[in-house]
Amino acid sequence: MAQNSQKPVLTLMQGNEAVAAGALAAGCNYFAGYPITPSTEVAEILANELPKRGHTFIQMEDEIASIAAIIGASLAGAKSFTATSGPGFSLMQEGIGFAKITETPCVVVNVQRGGPSTGLPTSPAQGEIMQSRWGSHGDAPAIVLYPDSVKESYALTIRAFNLAEKYRTCVVLLLDEVLGHMREAITIPDASEIQIINRIKPTVPANWYKHYDENQKYLSPLASYGEGYRFHVTGLAHDAQGFPTNKPQEAGAMMERLQKKIVHNIRDLVQIESYKMEDANIAIFAAGIMARSAKAAVKMARAEGLKVGLLRPLTIWPFPDDAVRKMLKNVDYVVVPELNQGQFLHELRRLVKSTTDSKLIGLQRVNGTLITPTEILQKIKDVL
Amino acid sequence: MSKLVFKEIRLSGSGGQGLILGGIILANAAVNDGNKVTQTQSYGPESRGGYSRADVIISNEDINFPEAIRQDILLSLTQEACDKYSLDLKQGGILIVDTTFVKYIAIQAPNTYELPFTDIAQEQLGTQLVTNILSLAFLVRISGIVNEKSLEKAIRKTVKPAFVDLNIKAMKLGFSLATKEKRLRQKEEDLEVQV
Repeated sequence: MAQNSQKPVLTLMQGNEAVAAGALAAGCNYFAGYPITPSTEVAEILANELPKRGHTFIQMEDEIASIAAIIGASLAGAKSFTATSGPGFSLMQEGIGFAKITETPCVVVNVQRGGPSTGLPTSPAQGEIMQSRWGSHGDAPAIVLYPDSVKESYALTIRAFNLAEKYRTCVVLLLDEVLGHMREAITIPDASEIQIINRIKPTVPANWYKHYDENQKYLSPLASYGEGYRFHVTGLAHDAQGFPTNKPQEAGAMMERLQKKIVHNIRDLVQIESYKMEDANIAIFAAGIMARSAKAAVKMARAEGLKVGLLRPLTIWPFPDDAVRKMLKNVDYVVVPELNQGQFLHELRRLVKSTTDSKLIGLQRVNGTLITPTEILQKIKDVL
Repeated sequence: MSKLVFKEIRLSGSGGQGLILGGIILANAAVNDGNKVTQTQSYGPESRGGYSRADVIISNEDINFPEAIRQDILLSLTQEACDKYSLDLKQGGILIVDTTFVKYIAIQAPNTYELPFTDIAQEQLGTQLVTNILSLAFLVRISGIVNEKSLEKAIRKTVKPAFVDLNIKAMKLGFSLATKEKRLRQKEEDLEVQV
């Protein structure tokens, strides 16, 4: 595979291949998963590549076991990873919550397909915008990244591992079916050009170690099992040592830390692309594959003299509130094309000043096909 | 500034005809030519049968929307695919159909090529399996969409080693069918001029 070669070469690669290559570049050394269309290639490639490197690939009995396995592996020091699609992502929700409350780094890739249930296995949909934020019970924040190209699938996979390690949490990477299976030519960067973040290791004597060290603000060191540190891991609310607690003060502090970890680092987490927004009076807000339609629509609109721009979140959770507020202030209309029943639209409504505000124009499709640039352009013309 | 090149190619038929492999090979050939490319696909949940299509967009600039919705070139290996997509062909676009399966064409396009690719593959190469490469090579020589050397390089790189020779044979046959077809059309044109 391309990542083995020393000098950079242009390689035709699928989105899913780029995810697998990105995971290996990030230092992934453990994959447990259950193959499912349209994410199967990720597992297929890692089944070949991880054992070659002396690392572990396990095909699990289902997705509940898969997420449990990668959390366990991470607690033993591995950089662990799984890839799935809608039905599997649903099964993983409880485990994702467990990774969040136990502050265990791991990465879950969800290549979205049409749902609910088995739905349209080979067709694109963006149905898990909200599930990736709120799917697990309880009230914990989420970090979710969303690439729009093969090249970015590679880069954001590495970033997902980096953020998981840095913030000690489960990071989700959402892909669209079309992107997972799409091929584009990319240059794999040299390993020396890639920034890798690894979890902070404790430096204190073993009996001083706290698994959730509040003195270390929001980025606390993480020991692995087998290194001599003793710590307890539970899905129950816990104290700094990891032991269960139902004291309101301790439980509250734990929940607050999970929240603050994200809120206090929002600038590090949020990434957006702003395309021809400087003078735009109409904006398109779109992510993933729909942002590609949107960008083509912007070019078509500009050719006709219409001042249209695109705001694209690369991090969808935490939501880029500031950038969206600025956009809403500067434009007359925002068109929101998405392959669901209006999940981004719903989130944007939270940020408009008045509920009677008609600035937001939804454009939704859930039949397993993409919204084309021409259709977005038509929608823009309809509101003018 | 060089002129914008933006070509949309759709290879359509049913699952098992090797169209996605054909798409990957065409995309690789375009990369070999130094162009930007996206290759996407759409297929049903079945591994054989059902619809299948591979889209390739070739450009000298960044490609945004990745599906070939207004095709410059459409290859249809089944009646269903031809019915479904031929109306999306661009004005002056090239339509290539496999008459082994396509019996009716809904449009009258001046650049239509009708050959029984599957029958030819079976009769001359002993297997229908290489219909994809046979028809792809035909498409490439007719349209000049990628360099023929780049195509050969892409075939050698993409197909399994044991099948390289067979596929190269299919490619050469596809080229020669296209040359014959071109000559035939040239003769017809010449005749028209004489009349």
